[in-house]
Amino acid sequence: MKAAVDKPDVSLLKEKARQLRVEILKMLAEAKSGHTGGSLSSADIVAALFFYKMRHKPNDPKWSKRDRFILSKGHAAPVLYAALALSGYFDPSLLKTLRKIGSPLQGHPCSTKLPGVEISTGSLGQGLSIANGIALGLKLDGSGSRVYCLLGDGETQEGQVWEAAMTAAHYKLDNLCAFIDNNGLQIDGHCCDVMHIEPIVNKWEAFGWNVIDIDGHNMKAVVGALNDAETVKGKPTMIVARTVKGKGVSFFEGKVEYHGLAPSSEELEMALKELGK
Amino acid sequence: MGERTHKTGQEKPESAGKAVATRDAYGEALLELGRKRSDVVVLDADLSGSTKTGKFAKAFPERFFNLGVSEQDMIGTASGLSLAGKLPFASTFAVFETGRAWEQIRQTVCYSNLNVKLVATHSGVTVGEDGASHQAIEDVALMRVLHNMTVIVPADGNETRQVIHAIAEHYGPVYVRLGRSKVPQVMPDDYTFRIGKAYPFHIGKDANIIAMGIMVSAALDASEMLKENGIDAGVVNMSTVKPLDTEILLKAVEACGILVTAEEHSVTGGLGGAVSEFLAENHPAKVLRTGIRDDFGCSGTPRELLKLYGLTAEDIAKTIREALF
Repeated sequence: MKAAVDKPDVSLLKEKARQLRVEILKMLAEAKSGHTGGSLSSADIVAALFFYKMRHKPNDPKWSKRDRFILSKGHAAPVLYAALALSGYFDPSLLKTLRKIGSPLQGHPCSTKLPGVEISTGSLGQGLSIANGIALGLKLDGSGSRVYCLLGDGETQEGQVWEAAMTAAHYKLDNLCAFIDNNGLQIDGHCCDVMHIEPIVNKWEAFGWNVIDIDGHNMKAVVGALNDAETVKGKPTMIVARTVKGKGVSFFEGKVEYHGLAPSSEELEMALKELGK
Repeated sequence: MGERTHKTGQEKPESAGKAVATRDAYGEALLELGRKRSDVVVLDADLSGSTKTGKFAKAFPERFFNLGVSEQDMIGTASGLSLAGKLPFASTFAVFETGRAWEQIRQTVCYSNLNVKLVATHSGVTVGEDGASHQAIEDVALMRVLHNMTVIVPADGNETRQVIHAIAEHYGPVYVRLGRSKVPQVMPDDYTFRIGKAYPFHIGKDANIIAMGIMVSAALDASEMLKENGIDAGVVNMSTVKPLDTEILLKAVEACGILVTAEEHSVTGGLGGAVSEFLAENHPAKVLRTGIRDDFGCSGTPRELLKLYGLTAEDIAKTIREALF
């Protein structure tokens, strides 16, 4: 069991995030397709969740007291798979099968194929409603478990996200903490050119959420926000994580074309060098 | 839809003629289920008065969640509740439940095979005066195409009550199609509903009518009318449209040359579609589909609309007479 610890070991979590990035790049290069940019941008958030904040048991994925993680931005499947593998849900060698025929590691997460995936995602805008439902159910049972949900910034262009935003505030879901991986890019370009999403913080505040605005690559800030979220009563928390798409690999950073492009073998070699492996 | 005036031709249930809307039977059944099981939760999208989930809401306010006018969010929230071990029933009008939230049902409920019960009311043209925007005539087609989904269309209040209890004991996504208007009781008092089992009132030698929902009552009346013409037309209540009871279907088609499907739904993709698909591959036969043909509904009284769209006992009887003579 990865129990939540009082004092986060920030340098260990940074190392976990680095390992996640290494695994993400390796599996994507092997698959020759997939979403590089948005997996790398959320690696620090996912590392903080899986290796610090969330209570979960990799050898008992359905453990009733676990905290839940919903990857609403399902195209960032590689970061989830890497976190599950490094947590011990399955043998990391399985990562090589990403997107291949017969693999439980589908292009987008599939809960009926891979233990540890709470719910199948991939069609954007649906995760927050699901997280709300789990949070409501946990409250009915008087459970102390918490629900975490990771959304993309472009994803918030989906109307259902705002339906769910209302629901979470209406039902005072303080056992819910969501993240927006605000890397500023979506498939067709910069979010501000495709469809404006700012002011993100004001919007979520107006919808009745507790909003924490952080640098999503500052591990201390990520764990600090997660701890703060837990102390808030009567409101759900949205952590707006300002991130860089492709973070960790200089030649992917801020490049819109790497939203849905996998690294070539040459790019992988250079990228791993940058990441120190 | 008035009281039944024709004899069914079969042994009539003692309480035959007692008309009740299937949505009212649903409201009562949910109450019973809520008392029996503490894991039952109910969701609605601002139509709890019409869908009759309001009764459950009043009795168990802590287990009722109104999502407001947001069907997509309702389906997602119901999915989350099922992941937390609850047994969610999510209700709104059929057109919004299956149409507005179709992709949420596909992606979240069916793909992940969740134990979510979708019970929609106000199906078909008998919604009446509200008109086409509120009359779902495509919902069975939309739900039937989804893997892992079970589709049930009860014929009367008695069957509806049993369906609600049966699906609570069945794991997996289920869509139940209910109506707004009153329908006479057609199922015998001792009838027991089982998922996937059709009920043959009798198998006819000249024709057989495979019906669902409110059209079962019309089919029984049609069968009675045809008797006067010396035609033996049987009636099967195919309340489970998916999975289809193919055993009964084969019996019905082997007994006669003509099958007629009857549905208050588009003839494309619904019961007529399901029956035709099965028979085309397994026992090619003439299938005459009565139902709505490539059209939208419109405003009017339920009785007027049934007539306008060819959904009366007369229409079914006429179809069979024309086919035979």
